[in-house]
Order: sequence, then structure tokens, then C-alpha cells
Amino acid sequence: MNKQSLKSWLYLLPAILFLGVFMVYPLFDVMIYSVEEGYNFASQSYFGVGRYNYSYVLRDPYFLQALKNTFILVIITVPVSTGIALLISVMLSSVQKLRDLFQTVFFLPYVTNTLAVGLVFMILFKKTPYTDGFINLIIHAFGGAGVDFIEGPYWAKMFVMCFYTVWVVMPFKILILTSALASVDQNLYKAAKVDGTPAFRIFYKITLPMISPMIFYLVITGFIGAFKAYSDEVAIFGTDLNAAGMNTIVGYVYDMLYGDSGGYPSFAAAAALILFAIVLTITCINLLVQQKAGVTAGVS
Amino acid sequence: MKIVLENLTKLYPNRNKKIKEEVVAVNNFCFEIPDGKLIGLLGPSGCGKSTTLNMICGLEKPTEGRIYFGDDDVTDLPPENRGVGMVFQSYALYPHLTARQNIMFPLENLKGEAKLTKEEMIAKAEEAAKLVQIERLLDRKPSEMSGGQQQRVAIARALVKRPRVLLLDEPLSNLDARLRLQTREEIRRIQRETGITTVFVTHDQEEAMSISDQIVVMEAGVVQQIAKPQEVYDNPANLFVAKFLGTPPINVFKGQVKGGALYIGENRVMEVKGIADRPVTVGIRPEGFVPDADGPLVCGQIGVEVMGRDTSIVAKHPAMEGVQIRTIVSSDSVIDPSSDTVRFQVRPSKTILFDPSTGAVLGR
Repeated sequence: MNKQSLKSWLYLLPAILFLGVFMVYPLFDVMIYSVEEGYNFASQSYFGVGRYNYSYVLRDPYFLQALKNTFILVIITVPVSTGIALLISVMLSSVQKLRDLFQTVFFLPYVTNTLAVGLVFMILFKKTPYTDGFINLIIHAFGGAGVDFIEGPYWAKMFVMCFYTVWVVMPFKILILTSALASVDQNLYKAAKVDGTPAFRIFYKITLPMISPMIFYLVITGFIGAFKAYSDEVAIFGTDLNAAGMNTIVGYVYDMLYGDSGGYPSFAAAAALILFAIVLTITCINLLVQQKAGVTAGVS
Repeated sequence: MKIVLENLTKLYPNRNKKIKEEVVAVNNFCFEIPDGKLIGLLGPSGCGKSTTLNMICGLEKPTEGRIYFGDDDVTDLPPENRGVGMVFQSYALYPHLTARQNIMFPLENLKGEAKLTKEEMIAKAEEAAKLVQIERLLDRKPSEMSGGQQQRVAIARALVKRPRVLLLDEPLSNLDARLRLQTREEIRRIQRETGITTVFVTHDQEEAMSISDQIVVMEAGVVQQIAKPQEVYDNPANLFVAKFLGTPPINVFKGQVKGGALYIGENRVMEVKGIADRPVTVGIRPEGFVPDADGPLVCGQIGVEVMGRDTSIVAKHPAMEGVQIRTIVSSDSVIDPSSDTVRFQVRPSKTILFDPSTGAVLGR
């Protein structure tokens, strides 16, 4: 090893150390945990090595419920939040007056604490002995029958969950998309205008392709973020998510480790690796789609 | 298609919102552009030339005045109904589309009776590509083309709808020097071949001089002069035009007319007729100096630059405006490079007298 590369390694050392200790080692440790059958925390011992942990997790109804919840959450919130964010950004970039005000309003949820937002949602949706919740009051006002959104039917809880998630992830997407829209060369629009291009065609043929790298970025990070959802659920439905039937995969992992039924690091590790495999697959599919669509134009 | 600009005026609100007064970008522009000609709008940055172009195009609405294409009043028409093609300074090609798709883009917008079949569009795009000689590049994306090629695509895109008027905004400023020379010939050729009335904007006088049928010199929103290129150089309408055109620029002196003779400083340089005694601003083109050991204009010599075909003497004079005088003399002139002073005869045909306060031409 010559002096130059020795120096480079020296500079890389802090990063390598940190990543190694806090990222690489745990990852391998989780893999090891996930194949150790009947691991016991107290004695640090296990019976043998095999696939039992995985087959247990995949047969556990709580895990299957969590898997279903997570998938519904991902499939609904990612397209909906990206779509609405795109709509709002396009509108934001076309208004002149009060633009800063709107931008601030839309960005506020981003800097608001999750639990504080959860509290607000409680006020909106939760039934208490004193009130049916704000949304129910509105439904009543229109003559409808109220629904218990927090402890009621599954679809109502799912609705609140998706609504909350969309609302929480939207500001960041709006921020990214408005800046992406602003960075599109204005001359392209002028050229399109000279050629008499209708507005929808300008959007579809110019705006969308130009900001598509950013949209793909948001979709990928959106998928990953939604798959890792957990704290938002706790904020609304409390810590016993299994009882509420609103658990997510990450919630399941947490419960397996520390929850009331916890103390099973092997099951938690197996569930975590299943999640890892799912996210990896989805991200790869996303990247493939992106490549196929040739989304590189705008950033070249 | 002739273009008539009638009292064209454009006001913008002041950037500083506290100031109510509006900024005049273009002031009372009247001009009739003859059919099938190539017109250069020339002026320094911010003189209103691009605003004028945008108003002809329809991207901006004039505050006052009318625009006619032939006999049609197009002032209130949007760009697509005017029949204009525009080439932007940055070309504004759609980066995610190939050259062919870029050229076809305007055709795909056509509606109703004008709508074309796919085959017709491809044929038209290829015809336009042939005109600008990029047939072989049609499947490339803009990022895979050189600046010059991109510009040809932009011109083809502007021409594909057979516009009545072609507008070019600083068409050459993003090209390197060699390509610029080549491309301006190309623009001239395309304009001749198509016969489309063309207006182009430039701040480069050489560009304007070399290919325009007529030049419009603008400054601070006001048209200074409209004339043929040589005419603008030989007979500038005022001091601004004289200073703006010509490389090296015209040399300016403070002078005095006294008893039928022109004085620059203490030097009595020539006779003048028809001008009463008064202070004047004297403009002498670089080629208006003839080295002569007995010449009347006595200058301090700073240096001699030999440039092959001719020689440039850099000099100074107490009455000059600016930092130095740059003259161009034929290379066979006898010059002593080591001398501190140099004397010149001044060619009356290359000398113009201006009113020092208004800049108007007094005589020559």
C-alpha cells in the first residue's frame, strides 16, 4: 500500500468505523439472530439454527395483519400523497399573490411534532364521553351517522391512518416538487407558448418529463418511508397496536423486542429481514421502471 | 410578409415597488419591415431589443401601439395565431425529446382543419431538417448534439410550420467564434431560401453588420437609427450610434470650431464649412488617421501594434475622451515605434462632428 492510499484510508477511518459499528455489524447480527432458534435473552443460548423463526413469523396472525396494514398504507398513501403534492405544487407555482403564505401553510406539518399532530387528529376523530369528535360533528350536521374512527370499524381506522400519513408526508413532497418546477427552464414554456401548445399538453409533454426524476425520487422514498411507518400509528391508536388491529411491520418488530408480549429477538430479526427484502424488491422494481421510462432527461 | 410597428411602447412596473414611475423598455417604436428582408435589431443589453422581439412574437403585450403583419392587425392575437417562429437564445429545445420530436412538436399542436397525419408531420419535419442540414441527426437528443447543431434544430422547429415571420433572439451568442461565423452565413442562406421576413436581435455589431439587410440601432428603448449596415457605419445618426458601431471604436475628442477651422485641443486639424464657432465633439474613425511627420494632430505615442494586414498605433491626446486613441493605418506607413510623439493628418471623410450636449450630428 503506498503512502497516498494509506492516507485516504486514514481519512475514511472515522466513517468506516461508525458505519461498521452502527450499520454493518447490526445488519449481520440481525441476520444471525434471525436464524437462531429458541434464543433466550437471559442465558444467551439457543437450540439450533434453521428457518423456524421465519416460518413462525409468517404464520403469526399479528404479523399477517401488520403486513396487510402496511401494504394498504403504502399502496394508498404513496400515490395519493404524491399526486396531491404535485397538484398543489403546480397550483403554487402558478399563483403570484400570497404564494409565500401558502407555501408556509403547506410546509407547517413538516416542522410539527408527530405526537402533537396525533393529538390534533385525536380531537378531530376520537369519540370521548364528552364529544363525538370534530369530524363526526360535521357528519352529524349533514345528517349522517357518525363513525368511531379510532376504535370503530377497520376501514374507518385505516382511513384515519392513511389520511394522517398523507397529511404528514405531503409538505416535504410539496417542497421538493415546487423547487423542481421552479428549476424547469422557463424558455421551454415560452417556446411551447409560441407554438400554441395547450396547457394540458404543456404539463403532460414538458413539465412532467422535466420533473420526473424528482417524482421518482419521491415515490421511492415514499415507498420506503411508508413501509417503515410506526410512530404515526402509535400517535393515533396508542401503543397496543395489535389490539387495535392497526399494527405495522416495524410495530410488530418493536413489539416482538420490547412490547408486552416481547422478548423474542429472533422473531423480531426475522420480521425485520422480511421487511428488508420487501423494501429492497420494491426499490429495485422502482429503479427498473425509472430506467425503462428513460427518466434521466431533466437532470443531465 | 411585411411587418409594421406603429408607435410601439412597452412600460414595465418599477422593480423597486416604492417607486411609482414605470420603466420604459421600448419607447414609441415606428418601423416598417419590408417583406422578405433580414433585419438586425442591434443595441447594448437592456436597450429594449428583446422586448421588441417578444412583442412581435406575441409573448408580451405592448402598452401602446399596434403591430401589423401585412394588413392584419396582430396586436391582440396570441403567438400561435400570428404565424411566427421563434428561436431562443438558449434554443429552448425540449431535452427529453429527440431532434425529430422537437421539430414535430409545433405540428402536433395543430387542431381542426390544420391537423396533420403522422406521415405528413414526419415528412414536414424531415423537410425542415433538410433545410438546416441536420437530416442525419434527427434521432439524437439535444444533449448529444453540439451547440451549433442544437441551434439548427431550433431553427428547424421554428420553420416547420412555415411561419410568416421568423424571430431570432441572440441566435449566435451561445456559439464559439468559428461556429458563429459559419452559422451566420447559414442563417442568411436559410432566410434567402425561404424568403421569410426575419428579425433577429443581437448586441454584436459585427453579426448585425454582416448579414442584415437593414439594421435598427436601439438604445434605452429608443430607436437611434434605421439604415443599411454600411450606412449606419458611414453616416451615424448621432454620437451613440457612432460609438456603438465599429471595432476598434471611434475616437472621440473635445473640439472647437473657430473661424471655419476645427481645433482639437491646440491643434488646428482641418477646415470646416457651414458650422458657426462653437464647441463640438469630434469623432474620428480609427482609419481616419494618416501618419504624417508634418500632420496637424500631435499625439503622444503609447505603442505600435503590428497586426499583419495593417498596423495599429495607440496614442493619446490631451483633448481626447476615454483612455487612449486607437488608430488603424496601413502597414506600409513609416512609423518610428520608439518615438514618444506621433503626428497625423485627419481624413475629413472619416471625421464626424457632434453637438456635445445632444449628441446630434452637426456635420463632417
